[in-house]
Amino acid sequence: MSDPATRLTALGALASRSSQHQHPPVDRPVKIHAESLNFSYGSTRALTDISIRIHPNVVTAFIGPSGCGKSTFLRTLNRMNDIIPGTRVEGKVLIDGTDIYGPGIDVVALRRRVGMVFQKSNPFPKSIFDNIAYGLRINGMAGTRSELAERVEESLRQAALWDEVKDRLQTSALAMSGGQQQRLCIARALAVRPDILLMDEPASALDPIATQRIEELVYDLKKTYTIVIVTHNMQQAARVSDFTAFFWLGRLVEYDRTDKMFTAPAEKVTEDYVTGRFG
Amino acid sequence: MTGTSLADGGVQRAIARRRFLDLAFQALALLILILALGSLIALITDVWRDGFSRLSWDFLTGFPSRRAANAGIWHALSGSMLVILVTGTLAVPIGVASAIYLEEYSRRNLMARIIEINITNLAAVPSIIYGLLGLGLFVRAMGMGRSVLAGASTLALLVLPVIILSTREALRAVPPSIREGSYALGATKWQTVWYQVLPIALPGILTGMILALSRAIGETAPLISIGALTFVAFAPDGLWSPFTVLPIQIFNWVSRPQVEFQANAAAGILVLLALLLTMNAAAIWLRDHYQKKLS
Repeated sequence: MSDPATRLTALGALASRSSQHQHPPVDRPVKIHAESLNFSYGSTRALTDISIRIHPNVVTAFIGPSGCGKSTFLRTLNRMNDIIPGTRVEGKVLIDGTDIYGPGIDVVALRRRVGMVFQKSNPFPKSIFDNIAYGLRINGMAGTRSELAERVEESLRQAALWDEVKDRLQTSALAMSGGQQQRLCIARALAVRPDILLMDEPASALDPIATQRIEELVYDLKKTYTIVIVTHNMQQAARVSDFTAFFWLGRLVEYDRTDKMFTAPAEKVTEDYVTGRFG
Repeated sequence: MTGTSLADGGVQRAIARRRFLDLAFQALALLILILALGSLIALITDVWRDGFSRLSWDFLTGFPSRRAANAGIWHALSGSMLVILVTGTLAVPIGVASAIYLEEYSRRNLMARIIEINITNLAAVPSIIYGLLGLGLFVRAMGMGRSVLAGASTLALLVLPVIILSTREALRAVPPSIREGSYALGATKWQTVWYQVLPIALPGILTGMILALSRAIGETAPLISIGALTFVAFAPDGLWSPFTVLPIQIFNWVSRPQVEFQANAAAGILVLLALLLTMNAAAIWLRDHYQKKLS
């Protein structure tokens, strides 16, 4: 049953059924809790009725074919979509119990707490040091020069970049390799001490070795942070994540422990996707 | 098709035809370039032959006189420089701020589109119209008189649309990923604009600004219509002082019957050209300087 028509029927069945597969049967604390989230760009509906509980200190991967809404959903978690005109959100996203779309929420403070790394590395055209220091400066997080330097070093160490760049902190970030630039963007996000890190296909433009370094980094970082990673690469999802959510046509089809998602998914569509039959 | 040739006869003929067209276009473009540059060079050499002998320190620092040989240009040169300085001081902050508002803050609604279309139209309005506006608004209604300030305000209005348009162009060229990166760290809109977007857009903004001011320095019509004097025997000594500028002085000399004054006009043109080239060189230097700092 891998032809699109049958899959659509399956989706219809999914939508009408209770969301029994949308929450893995685990008793864990919840960091991010989305409730019946709908999202549209103008008149185009991109996400329909997404409900998910994401747990702290684990890596959660969002997988699904292009255009399935996984990146859009990721960007609702730090309200990055707000800067695109004409977007609309319905429903709730609770982070530590607070609705980030509720009244009185300061988007600036939210984004400080929920860091983001983009698909294409986007270092500022400044020195390596200033790239990291920027977030600290704008958030007023470093009082003295030495404090600032300390935090910059700490962030670069966390992103496993310190040894490579410690002798050229004042050189332009644009002179670094692609993989280094992406780790710089991770260090930059970590510098402002978020507790959630959103990664939107962070390794899709990198070579295998650079990709491996990012994956090792993600593995280390989950001790301290809640990590949500969007990926096109099924092997990557299987390697780095503890939980996996499969998105399809703007809906969350299935969400479970990664090992279960890849070995015994409950839904036929999920199985078709993870075994490479479409996507 | 034979085994040795890459293409058969028909294809080869088509390729030959395309190469001929390629070459013909190249030749045409070169011809046009030579024509354009040639006439410019002829013009400058002509002016140079007429005016070079009049160029001297005395000419640059002197004041107008009834005798052509004694006449200098300092009153007009200083007038031009002062007017441009004040024009820039007025137009650049307002123009850059307007562009930032339109590009970064305003919502994309009907109002924004109406403003946009109007700015584009204003950039194409003939300068004499600005002169008449300046006469009515600054000279008469606001009581500035025929002063440096009135002239500079009029020119500021004239170049404002150009500055707004070029600044918006420069802001638009900043990659959206830079803005996203900044917002994702918890930056406010203002922090993003001030620390990330403006520094990247700066070379483009500076280039647009200097090109706009270069346009203003050559303007004659709006200043004549607000009544900038055509015979001033002194350098302006402040914002409220009467003044004249280089193009007006050149126009004045050209319209005299005596041949000696024609030489003065040619020398005045050389001074104006030198001033323009200096400003354009500054624009290029600033652009390269800030671009190097980025990479």
